[in-house]
Amino acid sequence: MEKNKTKNRREFIQGGVRLSLSLALGGISGMAVSSAIKDDYVWQIDPFLCTQCGKCATDCIMAPSAVKCVHAFDLCGYCDLCGGYLKPDANEQSTAAENQLCPTAAIERKFIEEPYFEYHIDEDLCMGCGKCVAGCTSFGNGSMHLQIVHDICLNCNQCSIAQVCPSDAISRVKASEAYKVKGDFTNKPEV
Amino acid sequence: MVINIMKKLKYIFITFYFLLSTFYLFSQEQRFPKPEFETGYEQPSTITPEPRALALEYFDVLILIIVLSLASYFALKKRSRQGILWLSVFTLLYFGFYRNGCICSIGSIQNVVQSFFDPAYSISVTALLFFIIPLIFTLFFGRTFCGGACPLGAIQDLIVVKPISLPKWLNKTLGLIPYIYLALAVLFAATGTDYIICRYDPFVGIFRMDAKFHMVVLGISFLLMGMFVARPYCRFLCPYGVLLSWMSRFSKWHLSITPAACIQCKLCTNSCPFDAIDFPTNEKEVIKSGLGPKRFITYAVIIPLWVAAGIFVGAKSHTFLSKANPDVYLAELLISQPELKNDPENIDIETFLASGKSMETLVEEAEAIRADFYIGSMIAGGFIGLVIGFTLLNTVVFRRRQDYEPHKGNCFSCSRCQDYCPVEK
Repeated sequence: MEKNKTKNRREFIQGGVRLSLSLALGGISGMAVSSAIKDDYVWQIDPFLCTQCGKCATDCIMAPSAVKCVHAFDLCGYCDLCGGYLKPDANEQSTAAENQLCPTAAIERKFIEEPYFEYHIDEDLCMGCGKCVAGCTSFGNGSMHLQIVHDICLNCNQCSIAQVCPSDAISRVKASEAYKVKGDFTNKPEV
Repeated sequence: MVINIMKKLKYIFITFYFLLSTFYLFSQEQRFPKPEFETGYEQPSTITPEPRALALEYFDVLILIIVLSLASYFALKKRSRQGILWLSVFTLLYFGFYRNGCICSIGSIQNVVQSFFDPAYSISVTALLFFIIPLIFTLFFGRTFCGGACPLGAIQDLIVVKPISLPKWLNKTLGLIPYIYLALAVLFAATGTDYIICRYDPFVGIFRMDAKFHMVVLGISFLLMGMFVARPYCRFLCPYGVLLSWMSRFSKWHLSITPAACIQCKLCTNSCPFDAIDFPTNEKEVIKSGLGPKRFITYAVIIPLWVAAGIFVGAKSHTFLSKANPDVYLAELLISQPELKNDPENIDIETFLASGKSMETLVEEAEAIRADFYIGSMIAGGFIGLVIGFTLLNTVVFRRRQDYEPHKGNCFSCSRCQDYCPVEK
């Protein structure tokens, strides 16, 4: 009888605590659900905040980085002295390695017609250092810019580049609008 | 001819912009209009690969529920170590190596915390489900999540070679670290500083086969340690384990070592690598040790002292802790070493100066964050003090046990002991 009583008491306490724990869990999830969104989040760079500091190339957990230069062709001015392709002090406008700004020669130049070239970025070679972005933004239209490419990005819970980005350019965006490509951007009406 | 003139003009323009480049860093207008092509050139479109489909994220949640159900079935009903073992191999392959260890339930604590404190952040349903589902399962079946559904647990469980038994005092003392880790993780997530659980996850580098050097060293040393001290991360670090152990202590059902009556053969105690099996109480020893109501009362009375000490330590360390926040760090650096403003090497300071944000706003922001840290670290300190107080109190509380039983809070439901138990059903 005595034993039964202790057992009952213990079971009663256990049941009570269990109930309150489940209520607490329900409360937490309820509060979180009220602000939750169905969409998932991914990380993306705002090209207008980016200052091309070069940390994207070094701080991503992927090697080479999941940050790549993308070329918004809408914006490209097809400058024949491309600030993204050629070094500012290039000897001549040729494809010689000494003249190329890109340290990995990831920018391919394709001839269209005199004097225009199409510039295309080879994602496998690009390491996201942003040198061409700096060149294009300072001397050209800024059509080359850095973006996190989502078939490479592992979508870490905390982006290790975002943590060190000096201009706080990397933030979570909804997965349904995963890119901030400049061309799209300028076409969009101001909010 | 016209093209040539245009070309020359462009050169002039380029030289011009070259000189003024710094002023136009953020300009958005198109400086050079698109040329009109004569050869009918068609402009390619920018390639933007889609992120992982949302449906697949929900598929992960489904997999988690299935794995948890199977783990609970194997541990509680089927009593099958084999089942749990193969389940953890699957978990390691799927959530570990295939999903690269992200998102995991352990890290999701921070997402939940941030969604409470940061009005700009709203948690995704997947992250919330990863946080809540294992806790609910644990409230009913014990920590079957740890046994079968956690990739971090699985990788450690599979490499246990020759586990040694740690002395009880060491187990208890090291067992306090997860509480401190949890408190810090919540503090850092709430102040929007960092996700330390993710940053210092020792195994994620192994899952991805790629990590920073110090993380690889940490991961491998954890695995080497784990060969002898079984599941070191789970027992002495895992902050999610704290929550799971709270749930598990009051779980409705839990795995039992024997299918029928215990015959006190003591075989199971050798089987548990985690020192999670409680012995039957030796009443004589309890009386002899002199632990009694007196000590209970002493320990109960000093709990408020522990809490006060924790709050004091928290308040004292908030300045130090807040330095982990990049804004606070930058403000402090600029105040203490203003000469760094002329240092072109320091990218953070250069960017701050170029952004046009005034020093006053930066300091104001930093002070607000530090104030949050002040309150937050006092709460965290008080919490840790409370935990220390209760851990001490628990050492003098005796529950009468006649049989060998798993410790409901610490048992990972790995089902090893059930394999050893000679009792037939």
